[in-house]
Amino acid sequence: MITVDHSAALLEVRGLRKSFAGVKALQGVDLTVRAGEVHCVLGQNGAGKSTLIKTLSGAYQPDSGAIFWQGEPVTIGGPVAALQLGIATMYQELDVVDGLTIAENVFLGHEQATGGLLHVASANARTQEILARLGHSEISPRTEVGQLSAANKQIVSMARALSRDTKLIIMDEPSAVLDSHEVENLFRVVEELTMQGIAVVYISHRLAEIRRIGDRITVIKDGKTMATGLSVADTPTPDLIRLMTGHEVANVFPTAGPVPADAPVVLSCDALGVRGIFRNVSLEVRAGEIVGFAGLVGSGRSEILEAIYGARRSTSGTVTVNGTVLRPGSVDAAVRAGIGLSPEERKSQGLILDEPIFKNVTLSSFARFARGGFLREGTEREAAREQIEALELRPADPDLATRSLSGGNQQKILLARWLVHGTAVLLLDEPTRGVDVGARAEIYALIRRLAAAGTAIIVVSSEIDEVLGLADRVLVISDGDVLTTTNSSEIDEPGVLDLVMRGSAA
Amino acid sequence: MSEQITQAAPPAPAGVDAPPGVIKRMLGGSAGRNLGLVIALAVLIAVGAITAGDRFASLDNVITIIRFASIIGVISIGMTFVITAGGIDLSVGSVMGLSTVVASLAAVQLASTQTSWLLMVVIALAVGTLAGFVNGIVIAYGKVVAFMATLAMLVGARGLAELISNRSTQIVNNQDFLGFFRSDLLGLPILIWIFLVVAIAGWIVLNRTTFGRRTVAVGGNPEASRLAGIKVKRHMVYIYMIAGLTSGVAAVMMLGRTTAGTATHGTLYELDAIAAVVVGGTLLIGGRGTIVGTVLGVLIFSTLTNVFTQNNLSTSVQNVAKGVIIVAAVLLQQRFASRGSRGK
Repeated sequence: MITVDHSAALLEVRGLRKSFAGVKALQGVDLTVRAGEVHCVLGQNGAGKSTLIKTLSGAYQPDSGAIFWQGEPVTIGGPVAALQLGIATMYQELDVVDGLTIAENVFLGHEQATGGLLHVASANARTQEILARLGHSEISPRTEVGQLSAANKQIVSMARALSRDTKLIIMDEPSAVLDSHEVENLFRVVEELTMQGIAVVYISHRLAEIRRIGDRITVIKDGKTMATGLSVADTPTPDLIRLMTGHEVANVFPTAGPVPADAPVVLSCDALGVRGIFRNVSLEVRAGEIVGFAGLVGSGRSEILEAIYGARRSTSGTVTVNGTVLRPGSVDAAVRAGIGLSPEERKSQGLILDEPIFKNVTLSSFARFARGGFLREGTEREAAREQIEALELRPADPDLATRSLSGGNQQKILLARWLVHGTAVLLLDEPTRGVDVGARAEIYALIRRLAAAGTAIIVVSSEIDEVLGLADRVLVISDGDVLTTTNSSEIDEPGVLDLVMRGSAA
Repeated sequence: MSEQITQAAPPAPAGVDAPPGVIKRMLGGSAGRNLGLVIALAVLIAVGAITAGDRFASLDNVITIIRFASIIGVISIGMTFVITAGGIDLSVGSVMGLSTVVASLAAVQLASTQTSWLLMVVIALAVGTLAGFVNGIVIAYGKVVAFMATLAMLVGARGLAELISNRSTQIVNNQDFLGFFRSDLLGLPILIWIFLVVAIAGWIVLNRTTFGRRTVAVGGNPEASRLAGIKVKRHMVYIYMIAGLTSGVAAVMMLGRTTAGTATHGTLYELDAIAAVVVGGTLLIGGRGTIVGTVLGVLIFSTLTNVFTQNNLSTSVQNVAKGVIIVAAVLLQQRFASRGSRGK
């Protein structure tokens, strides 16, 4: 469908490596992008997609490896250098300035001016031209960007790329912020761009989209290219999923017997909903049971947890813990009823990084250790030390600043917090994000142990194999709807992806 | 946090080897920061003693310096709580002015029954606390940025004080009240005793109570605190009420010292208080607060003023010096902050 010369390699990346403080984010990425193609980069969360993007856009410098641009070896020293080469990036969080007009945004950083005076009229006229090229001649370049929808902000971001001599546009999950009809428009624009010979690197984990607009695919996993230059038309979905997930990963999930049928129901949600986000979620979790939520980012899975916890006010339905109906929108009520949450963003939502470990462990319970309002730090420290030992948290010094710990150990602090507090229900949002493989197995074993001790647990993760491996039962969620509830042994990862993609396409 | 001071083992006697780790930890922690402030204060004292001689280095002058620091000091203790919790209160000075006006008017109106001066004290404290309550509600529940909410209170309270007082000064002539503030206790003026009591109470609350722990937690990471079950909004209201209460205490001290209530009392005190707190080592972004540092910060500024006055230098020169000290202290603080974030 594209007539531009396909053989010329516009961008070639060989053996790209990048580490952060010992964590290997990229460990050998190869990628060849031709002019005028839509090249899809596929990979799970944490596979290294964002690091790759940031390296190509000049935000990070690679540790080793080579980048060739139109056949010449280049170093991309910074964002400006990338733009000068002709590489523009559209980030997921759109980097537009709300208070400026479209034209001002488009020419931000390379304003047309003489002696400091802006050529407003010519900037507006050129922006109008570019918008027309993108099929949006109806939008005025004088419109303030803050008034635009997410889809139109994306258009502004693309117009900005076109205002320079751009040959390659990297799009990081561009459809994540769009409705389905807006996605159609995005695809049209992408086709326009490629017709003009511009290459698009399209990052997404929605296979359906890739099938629709992609030409070739590169799959990365754990910072390595698993396969590159696969033809979209000729590669079956199961092959892609196998490359993305890699079944050679050893089974790190602890096995557990079935939950006894007479185990009491600890948590139940009845037709729970938050207007505009998710609706009609009903579920029961019994003592000792682990229930998993599987779904994509933005499916509503984290919001359901927040509503159960009272961190987000539900607009319909009820949450009941051990027979007590909780007041909507009250974290305090949830905590008192015995719910604990380990939030999605460990650092920004879970921990006080400059405070010592023990104070983070007792953050929910320090008042209980106190007498008449006076803290008893000795007792607190002892309680924390017990959990540090039980969870094998390292280093085992309760007075150490929390910031210095690894992701896995920081996660253990959050588990310890609720163990000290004592909970009947534990909500775990992305319990292994940023946790390395070895520590993951430990966290999994801990979660299973907590369940065995009678805690009712809900696990949310964007890694579907994690949800399936850990949970007894799974709710598949898409666009705020529970598509199905099933035993985790009765569904596999392709099955979940298939459901989600059909669900989100509908 | 400043509690390491008391938690650390009693200082090893000179000559005995202390483990190097302990010394390092003390220097890196709050004790080290306070040591820096003590050194700064010592340098100022040395400069004063050299340039002004006995006029500076007399017991009377030392008492004058601390007495001068006491009113702003009390306000700064309240400010330490606000800033530690991640907030700011620009209204403390004008709330103090409003409290002096309302309390002195009440005293004049109620004539001189024997108990009226106690009532005057209660009214001053109540006015301050009420203003703080309003600040807290507007900030925590109205979600107005603290800077703007308290800026509005700064302007509004000053205007209200002018309206109520009709821009005139009310003289307090209750002799019991004035006599109390003129008296000494163990050789120290009452103003200094009040400052001391407020500072100690503030230290205990911030470092030894659940309230203090919540304050540091809320300032360090409000979202994590909320998700851990702390009632963050309610706590912020309490925090601004504390700032208002200390403004009320300062108003009583001001009435005792000047014998008059007027709408202009406390002008620009908010800036002096914020400067003392930040120079003292409390992080402006919240999450770490030190009462000891604040007291040292207040004393540094008050000593500076005294040294300059003794040498007949103008207040303009003083203000330039103050500005330089504030910038230097914040620069130092950032160095410490970035070192701290890399872990011990």
